[in-house]
Amino acid sequence: MAGGKERRRNFVNKKTAPYIFLLPMIVLFGVFMVYPVIKSLALSFYDFEGGEYLFCGINNYVTMFRDPVFWKSLGNTFIYLAIQVPVMVILSLILGVLVEENFLKFRTCYRISVFLPSVTALVAYAMIFKLLFNTDFGLVNHFLRSVGWSGVDWLNSVWGARAVVIMGITWRWTGYNTIIMIAGLKGIPTELYESADMDGASFLQKFFRITIPMVKSIILFVSITSTIGTLQLFDESFVLTKGGPDNATITIGHYLYNTGFSYYKFGYAAALSYALVIIIGILSFVQFKATNGGDNS
Amino acid sequence: MKTTGKKISGRKVFTYVFLTIAALISLFPFYFMFVSATNTNAEILSAAPKLFFGSHLAENFANLNKKMDLVRILTNSTIMTVSYTALAIVLHSMAGYALAKFEFKGKGLLFGLIMITMMIPAQVMYVPLFTLMNNIGWANTYQAVVLPGLAGAFGIFLMRQNMLAFPTSLIEAARIDGCGEIGIFLKVVLPSQKPAVGALGIYMFMSMWNNFMWPLIILSTKSMYNFPVALAMLDGVAWRKDYGVIMLATVCAVLPIMIIFLVFQKQFVAGVMGGAVKE
Repeated sequence: MAGGKERRRNFVNKKTAPYIFLLPMIVLFGVFMVYPVIKSLALSFYDFEGGEYLFCGINNYVTMFRDPVFWKSLGNTFIYLAIQVPVMVILSLILGVLVEENFLKFRTCYRISVFLPSVTALVAYAMIFKLLFNTDFGLVNHFLRSVGWSGVDWLNSVWGARAVVIMGITWRWTGYNTIIMIAGLKGIPTELYESADMDGASFLQKFFRITIPMVKSIILFVSITSTIGTLQLFDESFVLTKGGPDNATITIGHYLYNTGFSYYKFGYAAALSYALVIIIGILSFVQFKATNGGDNS
Repeated sequence: MKTTGKKISGRKVFTYVFLTIAALISLFPFYFMFVSATNTNAEILSAAPKLFFGSHLAENFANLNKKMDLVRILTNSTIMTVSYTALAIVLHSMAGYALAKFEFKGKGLLFGLIMITMMIPAQVMYVPLFTLMNNIGWANTYQAVVLPGLAGAFGIFLMRQNMLAFPTSLIEAARIDGCGEIGIFLKVVLPSQKPAVGALGIYMFMSMWNNFMWPLIILSTKSMYNFPVALAMLDGVAWRKDYGVIMLATVCAVLPIMIIFLVFQKQFVAGVMGGAVKE
């Protein structure tokens, strides 16, 4: 017994310990990250037909460029990106600032309320929204009709369905990003505001001259993570709108799922997933460069 | 930000109105979900939908149990979520500790590679993983859902950042006292990391409890579904939808995580902030 312990202690020493501590994660990364990422790239040059893979060169990528559904899913994703991400970033910054106001009472209540949507499963909130925005008996249309407007055919019209997806994502994620904004806001030295007060700066002046520049890197972080999240949208499209009407709300992730796991076109699905990697890479790079890496100095 | 006089009241009114509206919009869908779970389909779909609690909870519950095996789904979701969370805490802490407190060959490269994986969308992995799981006979199993998700950088990064601040002198002192490396990690370092472990644990718990796309792909029988997949299937299959039952199923999926959030709010918030505050 003592001998065994002695041997173990010799084996796990200061030199070997980091490797031993890292070993399980290295194995997991190898099997469930490195292997599939490389394999996926390889598969994107193959065609999966009748149970076997046939090499087809860049055929999948050529097909992709001519595939109207691919372009549609890309277009939809960019519509979501262009409208939803800026709205959410601005909203979460404003909420963050207001929730951190010194005079605010019931701060915890407000924080919890706003954050609560972000703990719910995407599928769960999609089910609720589906019922709320039902054309015939949804509460939203009941309300619109009661104030004299005609209802909107939310989930069956192109822009109605898109609007519901955008409202849904905003509802689900704004609180989450507010918490991140608060983390950034807390890092601003209070002296900055105090000296601005002495100079007689207004609330808006302080907001634009101190708050925004000081949380630039957090705004960048939120924008990048939201962009990446939007590009990978699946649950909302799958549950809320089934990608419809006529693919008006289908996302790249949803199209990838249909291609790979409804039609079992594995090679083409792999190519679609690599398109996603490239788009995410480019957009993150552009955002990073456009804001000088969020550098304040 | 002290302000005095008339200006303050305008700002106060704006703040309270804005935040109250935001809170109401955030909470209303939940209220509607709870209320609808206690009403019949006819009441929910009527021209004047009921917006207060009804008396059909038991009836909806009985109908829901006919459509899905609630106990089984709850068991599945719990097994997958708890094992995922426990493994993530152990393995990510170990890796984070090695990266924070040791100098070894290839450390910079390894850390860089791990961080790069944060940029890779999980969806890239699904086709090869699906084939792999089928080849090794793991399709439709718990481990097929749990293990791939562990290969993520977030937990390692979070633990590394928190452990960087742990005084190296304490580790050295424990070594001089003859404490083994594993003992140092378990008895000296880890007990000091309770807030970080809490944040990581809650974050992982939430992400697995709500996990949908990968379980949808890899789980193929009703008896293996987690809550999100079972919920989506319930919506898809029903010929004549019973919204009271669907909303009750939604309550079942949401309520556990909601309670956990309310109990462990601090850790939740720390987990979310942990990803952002890196400087």
